[in-house]
Amino acid sequence: MNESVHLSSQFDEDLSRLRTHVLQMGGLVETQVSAAIDAYATGEIASVKSIVETDRRVNELEKAIDDDCAHIIAKRQPTASDLRLVLGISKIVTDLERAGDEAKKIAKGVRRIYEGGHMPSQYGVGIRHLAEAALSMIRQALDAFARLDTELAKSVIRADTDVDTEFKSIIRQLITHMMEDPRTITTSIDIITIARAIERIGDHAKNVSEQVIYVVDGRDIRHMGKEAAQ
Amino acid sequence: MQIQETPALKAEARNLNFFYGENKALKNINMPIYDKKVTALIGPSGCGKSTYLRSFNRMHDLYPGNRYEGEIRFFPDNTNLLSADVDPIEVRMRIGMVFQKPNPFPKSIFENVAYGLRVRGENNRRVLDDKVEHALKGAAIWDEVKDRLSELASNLSGGQQQRLCIARALATDPELLLFDEPTSALDPIATGAIEELVHELKKRVTILIVTHNMQQAARVSDYTAYMFLGEMIEFGKTDEIFIKPQDKRTEDYITGRMG
Repeated sequence: MNESVHLSSQFDEDLSRLRTHVLQMGGLVETQVSAAIDAYATGEIASVKSIVETDRRVNELEKAIDDDCAHIIAKRQPTASDLRLVLGISKIVTDLERAGDEAKKIAKGVRRIYEGGHMPSQYGVGIRHLAEAALSMIRQALDAFARLDTELAKSVIRADTDVDTEFKSIIRQLITHMMEDPRTITTSIDIITIARAIERIGDHAKNVSEQVIYVVDGRDIRHMGKEAAQ
Repeated sequence: MQIQETPALKAEARNLNFFYGENKALKNINMPIYDKKVTALIGPSGCGKSTYLRSFNRMHDLYPGNRYEGEIRFFPDNTNLLSADVDPIEVRMRIGMVFQKPNPFPKSIFENVAYGLRVRGENNRRVLDDKVEHALKGAAIWDEVKDRLSELASNLSGGQQQRLCIARALATDPELLLFDEPTSALDPIATGAIEELVHELKKRVTILIVTHNMQQAARVSDYTAYMFLGEMIEFGKTDEIFIKPQDKRTEDYITGRMG
């Protein structure tokens, strides 16, 4: 990534503000995900409201950042690393916003479970572990973006495989459980929804990381399998 | 869009040096010019891009003290354009040039276009009519001037004059057209017309264009060369240069980071 300054200091400011906004948005999404996981573990469904509230701010930031990207393209006609940064950011915010939506889904699922009085204790550990892994992926993806660190981005992409495997294993357990005791089906379906949302958060973190690699190296490694992230 | 295979060579600079007296303006340039493609030369003022462009049609011969070293090979006949036994007038028949400011001769529209043909000894009226019309059509200006061919060229607007100059360059059926910042004196609409024309022209002629307008280079060219201080820093497909240049100096220039 090019660290030297532009002839136009205004352009530098525009780009730097854009990056700051992405990191702000990322911070909000991280908070959402983290709060949703806590709610699952503790049953504090009061936080669900604030997660939904945060989602509105995330959505607004997504629109504002996309608007800034459009303005920069129109006014500056960015090229090379600047162009890749703007394009990358425009894609990154889409993934961040969707990760925020998934956090909202988790929160709502948690509320349904606890309001129904069905404590998901027997899945606590598996889901918790999956969620910690996905949260860590989001954090690292944002760090990788902040520092334009492709090595970190690659490690996030590799981590996605583990999250996917863990997700499948949780689903298998739940299916077994539902077959053994059909009364657990309602709760199990909610837990599947939550697990699926967590797994999707991991996917979004992976997508963000792929964009970091595009921004820095100009390599588009999407849909190339995990070998591309070696 | 990716260009899949390497096209045929139209010209190639080989170890080209150029001196304005003691001043070395071009330093060991090696660069291909591909047939029926548009190649853009970009770089800051004084980087040698116009000097390089003008070497192709031996414009530098007009001033004493200028000196070339190395070769510019011209294909398919593999002539060295810089060789002392190559006649510059003959070279200029095959290699046309369009300048920054439109420079029509103080003659009629018709005579401007017919000039090169007359110099070549063509005086048959029917042949001239035919070739002038063909050239004016090729330069996308025929419809605007066909009813006023005997009017003075200077009555045309700037954008029209520039297209007239392109028609004049086309009249001798050149194989290579050199454009030296052809739109820097034109408004955006006239610029758009010239860019559109470049796109049409490359179906039948190879084009080498110097431009200060980076977006223009990105829009019109297939290949781009970045020059700095008389050296060719990077040459590559335009698509690649503007997305992922290999050299930090190219990157700094096209992203506007050069102080």
